[in-house]
Parts: sequence; C-alpha cells; structure tokens
Amino acid sequence: MKKTSQQLQEIREATLAKITLKNDQTHRILVGLATCGQAAGARPVYDELKKIVTDKNLANVQVVQTGCIGLCRVEPIVEVLEKDGSKTTYINMTAEKIAKVVDEHIIGGKVVDEYTITVVDGTLISPKIIG
Amino acid sequence: MANVHEIRVCGGTGCHNNKSADLIKALKKAIKAADLGETVKVVETGCFGLCEKGPIVMVCPEETFYSQVAVEDAEELINTHFVKGEFFTKRLYKTIKDDIKRKAFSDTEFYKKQYRIALKNGGAIDPEDIDEYLAVGGYTALEKVLKEMQPADVVDVVTKSGLRGRGGGGFSTGQKWKFAMLAQGDKKYVACNADEGDPGAFMDRSILEGDPHSVVEAMAIAAYAIGADEGYVYVRAEYPTAVKHLQKAIDDAKEYGLLGDDILGTGFNFTLSIRLGAGAFVCGEETALLNSIEGLRGEPRPRPPYPANKGVFGCPTILNNVETYANITTIINDGWEKFAELGTEKSKGTKVFAIGGKINNTGLLEISMGTTLREIIFDICGGIPNGRKFKAAQTGGPSGGCITEKNLDVPIDYDNLIAIGSMMGSGGLIVMDEDNCMVDVARFFMDFIVDESCGKCPTCRIGTKRMLEILEKICDGKGELADIDRLQDIAQTLANGALCALGQSASNPVLSTLANFKDEYLAHIVDKKCPAGVCKNLTDFVIDADKCKACGKCKKACPVEAISGEAKVAHVIDQEKCIKCGTCMSNCPFDAITKK
Repeated sequence: MKKTSQQLQEIREATLAKITLKNDQTHRILVGLATCGQAAGARPVYDELKKIVTDKNLANVQVVQTGCIGLCRVEPIVEVLEKDGSKTTYINMTAEKIAKVVDEHIIGGKVVDEYTITVVDGTLISPKIIG
Repeated sequence: MANVHEIRVCGGTGCHNNKSADLIKALKKAIKAADLGETVKVVETGCFGLCEKGPIVMVCPEETFYSQVAVEDAEELINTHFVKGEFFTKRLYKTIKDDIKRKAFSDTEFYKKQYRIALKNGGAIDPEDIDEYLAVGGYTALEKVLKEMQPADVVDVVTKSGLRGRGGGGFSTGQKWKFAMLAQGDKKYVACNADEGDPGAFMDRSILEGDPHSVVEAMAIAAYAIGADEGYVYVRAEYPTAVKHLQKAIDDAKEYGLLGDDILGTGFNFTLSIRLGAGAFVCGEETALLNSIEGLRGEPRPRPPYPANKGVFGCPTILNNVETYANITTIINDGWEKFAELGTEKSKGTKVFAIGGKINNTGLLEISMGTTLREIIFDICGGIPNGRKFKAAQTGGPSGGCITEKNLDVPIDYDNLIAIGSMMGSGGLIVMDEDNCMVDVARFFMDFIVDESCGKCPTCRIGTKRMLEILEKICDGKGELADIDRLQDIAQTLANGALCALGQSASNPVLSTLANFKDEYLAHIVDKKCPAGVCKNLTDFVIDADKCKACGKCKKACPVEAISGEAKVAHVIDQEKCIKCGTCMSNCPFDAITKK
C-alpha cells in the first residue's frame, strides 16, 4: 500500500529501533549472503542459524541476511550485534561452528574467541588462513 | 612448494635458558607426527625482547605470539594451531589474547582506513527489506528533492559535488545530467549501467546485492532532475543475487509508492525496470548498452550523438554506472560541500576497488580519492603474501595499464592514473608479484578482448586478433625484435581507428607493459627466457646437484618420467620430456629445484 511521508517516518523510527536493538530483542545476527558469501558456503550457515533460532525458541534474536562487507576471503562472515552496541565478527563460518556460537555466545554470553576475526598490530589474522 | 607456515622460536640467551633448543626438537617431532612436514617449518631466531615470557614462539605469516611455551606443550600447539586451525589459547601471549577476546571487522585497519559512501549499507542492513533501508535514512533524499528542490537545483548540487562517472570514463556526472536536462524532448530516460565486465571487478554487483535501494532512489532523483519518467537498469544475467535483490527493491518501492505515479503526492511519476544482459563485455560500452536495451544487437553506435541527446529509443537519456548512483543520496542528504571535501582537486569523493591477485586481504574496499596505491596495498590490504616482492598493479582491467613500484606513491585519481599510463576504470585492481610474467599478462587481457570484440569494426576485430597472435608467438619463444614494432603499430591503429572505447583502449595493457617492462619482452625475444618462469616454452626446471640429496621424491612425482637418477646420485631432468608442470619443484624437500 502507498505510504505517506508520515507513515514512512513511522516505519523509519520503528525499524531503526529494531535494528539497533532498542526494542525487547537482545541480538541481531547478520549473515553475509552476497555472491562471495554464497560461494564460500554461507547459505547452509544461514539456514542452520534460522533453524536453531526457531527450534530453540530464541524470540529475542534477529537473524538477517546482508550484503558484502568487503572481506571476501574470510567468508562466510557472521556478525553479532548486541544491545550494548558491541559487535563481534565471526569468519570462515560453517553450520557446525554457528551452532557453537549460538550455544556459547548467544545463549551463554561468552564470545567464541577462536572463530572471531583477529588483528594484531594492524595485520588481519586468522588461524585458518594459509599465507 | 615452499613452506607455508614458519614457526619462529626465539633462540636468544634468555629463551635458550628456558630450554628453547629442546622445544625446537619437540616441535619438529610433533610436526612430523602430524605429517605437516611440507607446510610447517621451524626456524630459530634472535631475541624478541620479551625474555621474561620466554620461550617465545611466533607463527608466521599469521604472526601469532605464544609465550612460555614448554617442551611438553609442543604437541598440543601443533595439533591445535595447525591441525585444528585454532589458537592454542593456553599459551597465547596475553596482550594478543586480550585482543582476540572481542574483535569486530570495524576495528580492523582494513576497515578503519576506508571511507564508505557507496558501500555504507553493505553488510549492515537486509537488502531485501525496504524498512531497514528506510531506517538508515532511505528515501529521505528523494523526498527532499521532490518537495524542496527544483530540477536545476539538483543538477547544480551534483555538479558542485565534483562527482565523476565511476564506470571508468570519469566524466562529470553533473554535466551529464545538465545536458540531458537541457535536451529537448517530451520523453526522457534514465539508465543504469550494471553490466560489470572487467575481469576481477565486482563493485557494482556488491552494491546491487547489498544496497539496491540506494540505486533505485538515486535513479528516481536523476529522473526528476532531467524530467524523465522511465528508467532501465541494465544488469548482467550472471548476477542472479543482484537481479533478485534489485527486483525486490523495485517491487517494494512501488508498493510503498516510492516508484510509480504521483510519488509522495508530488505529481512526479517514475517507473523503473530491469533489462538483463547476456554477458557480452561490449554491452558495458554505453552505446552498445543502449542498443541492447532497445532489443537490438549489442554493438556500439558512433558518437556523437551522445546519449544525453539521443539515447534509449532516440530520446535524451542519462546513463550512469551503479557506483555513481550509489553516491547520490549521500550528496543530497549531507550536502555537496561535505562530499567535495574528500579526494583530490579534480577527483572528489571516494572510489570502490575490488582488489585481487597477489595480495593478503583480497576483497572490496572504498577509499578516499587521493589515497596512494602503497597505502592500499601495504597498509590496508596487508601486502604481498609469502614474502614475495611487489611487481605491478593493474587497474582499469583490459582497458587499463599497469602501475609499477616507482608510481606507488602517486595519489590515486582519474587524471593521475592516466598520467602514469593506466586509468581508473571501473575499479578492478589486480596485484602482481615477481612470479607474474608481464608478457603473459598482456597476452591474457588481449585474449579476453579478442573473445569479447563484437566484430562490428574491422580495426578491432582484426587488430586485436593479430596482436594476440604476436603475443602468443613471443610467449612461445618464437618472437623476433620486429614484433615489438608491429605491436606498437597495430596499437596505434586501434587507438585511432576503432569505433568504440573497447577497441580504442584494447591495446593499453600491451603498451603499458611494453613501456614498463620492455626488458621482459626482450628476455622472451632475444634470450628466449621467461624471467618469471611462467611461459612454459621459455622455462627450464633444473635440479641443483649440490642441493639434491637424491631422495627420489621428484622422480616419483614426475607424471611423465622425465627425471632420472639413482640412490646417492643427484637427479637430472630430461628437458625434452619435461612438460614444465612444476610438480617436482613442489615435491622437493630441499628446495633443490629451480626455474631457469
């Protein structure tokens, strides 16, 4: 249905509250599903995440597809945003790894260090990357 | 193949006292047990300066620091770090351990040194949800334009911003809009070129996939500015995700009344539709693209008339690239002044590059114009892998040229890149190291052009084919000195005589490599050698008798039985039989085989 300026503004405000977790939700999980992500296997990661969130009744968690953030070589990339504004970027994800992230990070509240993106003195480091 | 990982164990006095020598033995044993001998090498190094935390172990190229690694940790370290591919957190040096506790992409240098306008929403919003686009300020620019600005004001703002065409031409976007605005005609069109065809370039795809509404909104703004009521996005069918997201964006915008009739009650009408391209490179050339939209064969038309006067179906049309459109909403919302603060004198704003080839952080990045290639390659993208040396970077794809070490510090903008013999192009950036043969690179691009030449004008159809034949001849070791003159001669003819930009620029990679790497051409032609060891007919694999331990691994690995040798006698490769596959070299544990 056509929207008026007023209605558009209302949608803007409501959705901004949703994506910045100013509502009653606790986590926003973004899965990169651009071509680079898909080629690296992001679709099964997304599907698995959707399934787990439904199965475990995690109503406070948003699962969202998104575009390319530019680091194509470490796709599939999953970013977890939290209410306090913190952000964790998981790289080289798989369906198995995402299950662990949900259990330990989303439910348990502890970041799964070994899957996160890591930088030391400006150099991007991933244990999986072979130079 | 060379060792992929190096474990550097500190052999300084402090660490030595902490049994680093025993640790090295234990690590080597663990590597052998895990069958990683070919990828992981242990090296003793000098003092790291962290003696109180010794023994220090650093794994490269990852540069992972482990501290206080005991002899009994060796096996677990190898299994965790290399077999499982995880950090051996027990001994991870504490500052780094703190560092990895929480890391977001936005904390990395790769991200922090970028300035994102066209890519601002990529990776942050759901591209198929119009509400999320609205939430980040979507369609406010369109509303502002429709309700507060006259068409001439819009053109004026875009002109003052200094935005130039991001598809490669670099023509002033504001000027283009002005010509179309002033052009006489009852019917006008706006069109978007999403026929991204340069090898290695995927900026436009990424924008359409990650933020399609930004292009839809910008096209509506452009239509208002020139008085058009209809638009086309010409996108290649090989981009299914981009097409899907764009179609959803168009449908949703229509549903909300942001496309269609009487948009936002202002009386402005605009409809937008997609035209799928079948993947011909030439259809990225603007006049061929117009033909293709009209259902004609994708062949260029002579210019003038330019599309601003006679474009789609003979009507005044503006045709801009995806990335160009993706800048528009920011210019309208934040003002042209802010946009014009970025970049160099004549090239304002940012540029998105798809960076690939011999570089650590491949991917997509958006930098402010005026950033140097050195900053992009070494600071943002982490340099060249495996300790190899930078040789050249190719911008502009098959129409561009290569940039060498001496020009790494030139600020990147449209005019500077042309001055150093390359061009901005659409944003593909391919990095090459010393293992790339520049004659072969020129041959590769010419091969691409020969495939993609539409065949309409003989200059391009025949000229590119002849150039490819000459390049293949040189790579085969049958070149002669006169071939260089022939290449230059045909290149000149193409530049002068080809109908469209594809043909006119087709010889650029050849001219550019000839200008910068003439010695490599001469090595191929005169010495019959390929210095990079790429051209097979000009490369010999040779076993160094002093280094060869006669282990027999190469002999066993050779698929054509070209290697002979007995136990305890250095092996020899029969050059007549050798097919230059390189298998022996990657199998030699002693680095005794080299390319000559």
